[in-house]
Amino acid sequence: MTFEETFPQVDGCRIRMRRGGKGPTVLYLHGANGASAIQPFMESLAQDFDLLVPEHPGFGQSDEPEWLENMHDLAYFYLDLLDDMNIDSVHVVGSSLGGWLAMEMALREPRRFKSLTLVGTAGFRVPGILPGDIFMWNPETAARNTFYNQDIAEKVIATVPQTEAEQDAVLKNRHSVARLAWQPRLFDPHLAKWLHRLTMPAKLIWGDHDKIMPLPVGEALQKQLPQASLQVFAQCGHLPQVEFPAEFSASVKQFIEGVNQS
Amino acid sequence: MNVILFHLMAYADLDFEATKEHETVWMKLPNKHYDPVKGHKLYNRYLDEMEYAETLGFDGVAVNEHHQTAYGLMPSPVVMAAALARRTQRVKIAILGSALPLREHPMTVAEEYAMLDVITGGRLIAGFVRGIGAEYHTFGLNPTISHERFHEAHDLIVQAWTQPGPTSFSGKHYNVDYVNLWPRPFQNPHPPIWVPSQGSKETIDWAAHPDHRYTYLQTFSPSKTVQKYLQSYRDTAEGFGYEAADSQLGWAVPVYVADTDAQAINDAREPFELFRNRLLKMPFEMLLPPGYSSRDSLKRMMAAKATLSQSLTIEMAIDMGMIVCGSPATVRQQLESHWHDMHFDNLLTMMHFGTLSEELTRRNMELFAKEVLPGLQAMKRAASTSTAST
Repeated sequence: MTFEETFPQVDGCRIRMRRGGKGPTVLYLHGANGASAIQPFMESLAQDFDLLVPEHPGFGQSDEPEWLENMHDLAYFYLDLLDDMNIDSVHVVGSSLGGWLAMEMALREPRRFKSLTLVGTAGFRVPGILPGDIFMWNPETAARNTFYNQDIAEKVIATVPQTEAEQDAVLKNRHSVARLAWQPRLFDPHLAKWLHRLTMPAKLIWGDHDKIMPLPVGEALQKQLPQASLQVFAQCGHLPQVEFPAEFSASVKQFIEGVNQS
Repeated sequence: MNVILFHLMAYADLDFEATKEHETVWMKLPNKHYDPVKGHKLYNRYLDEMEYAETLGFDGVAVNEHHQTAYGLMPSPVVMAAALARRTQRVKIAILGSALPLREHPMTVAEEYAMLDVITGGRLIAGFVRGIGAEYHTFGLNPTISHERFHEAHDLIVQAWTQPGPTSFSGKHYNVDYVNLWPRPFQNPHPPIWVPSQGSKETIDWAAHPDHRYTYLQTFSPSKTVQKYLQSYRDTAEGFGYEAADSQLGWAVPVYVADTDAQAINDAREPFELFRNRLLKMPFEMLLPPGYSSRDSLKRMMAAKATLSQSLTIEMAIDMGMIVCGSPATVRQQLESHWHDMHFDNLLTMMHFGTLSEELTRRNMELFAKEVLPGLQAMKRAASTSTAST
């Protein structure tokens, strides 16, 4: 599957976009580590869908606009981008910070979103359940705590950024995550009040060993969303799409096709 | 020059053996290791030492601000300054906090500082800092807005001190419709503003700006680094089209004096090495959260990470000029030599560090006051009568 790379500009901000496949349009919203490369689960999804993989403003090769200060800014930006691309309605798959972003967007224009797939999503706080303190982790600890499968963690640790450009990208992503999610940490205290507006079908996907967004967050969030199911991947960390790409893609495909047929 | 006794008020009773498995004494060291009964004695001992500085002839005393750490026990430096305000008559009282971005409302700083200035009849030196990286973790405050909150809080405080009220202030972080300070500060137009820093370019540019001309203090650094940043301040001022006065520069450094060099090193070794290698130690991610400093300085720090986290012996620290330690003659000669190199008009001596005992702290202060202090204070007069060449 080939992905076409473009650099659309909206709200004075130029971002990197990859688009591949045919079928219903699915927008993938990445988490804190960005989406610098097309990953195997994206290849799988693009076999059945028209998959959009942007890099958020403030991440990777996208611009860092002055106006980017919180998740609301990011949500309005993407709604403007969808307008600009003449995309009336979409399915969204959001991971972690990207899941939070998906909820913020859908609260603002609920009818535009055919479904939400939220993977270990941020945005929601269960009192007493703290997310992993990602800003206190060094790169090695971060890799170990992101994945249940430590073979994957080892590979990530072994491929630390070598060039200055790669190092800059890591610092840029980290800075933007802090800007968006340091305080309150990885959630919006006002989001929970309006979750009843998210009446579209929603699927929560969680790793049972998620050390960044612990599973109780997913269990509580499911109860707050009008139409949500929760699928838990066993022996899996924060990124089921990376640890179990085939199962993850099949599950998302089944969910979205089910929504489209109903 | 002005010589000020600067106290960090470390938790000297920390059981360093029992806590050695902890990576740092900041933020996460369980507070069961703090004993309030010992803390009671320590606070009063330390305040006594600061009051004694006035008796011994120091020009001022200085307190600072850190949170949730055994490194220093002054989460509110204003409380300590208030305790000193009524027990001293002559010395300047410098607050080398307050960490403005950590305050929910900067008017509280404007008010508290004004109260202290009025109580002391104008003896307050008003320090403004951002707080160190660790404090953005402990407070949960977003480090990427640290600079803008600092600048905005500063603008509001100075407006409250200088513009006849009521006025109003409209900002991004702070909005106040009635800025009308009661009491107003004693000093006119306001207490001198000092800016302690580890040498970030942003801070130097801001402090040296002609609208500010604030006294810049380089804190606990190798003397070559101090010289570099003080020179950078002078160069920045020159770039702005004016010559920085010596009074705009200061250095905060541990000082220990004993009868002989060998005795001084022997006395200071353990307390200093615990201070440098245990109390100051923290993981990189704690020290430098994203956005706290520019990404360029962050990259420079990452490159120097190994050197920064290396443990030092007191001999290494003396060689690097991170502590001035020795006989009265040695300490006098070194400080005079540093002064000739840098022409700072403010020297903040940390005469207690780490676990240094009360007895040795007092002996250090007495010997310094008798043998070194008068000469240093005289150097001020020599500088002010000559042309301000650097």
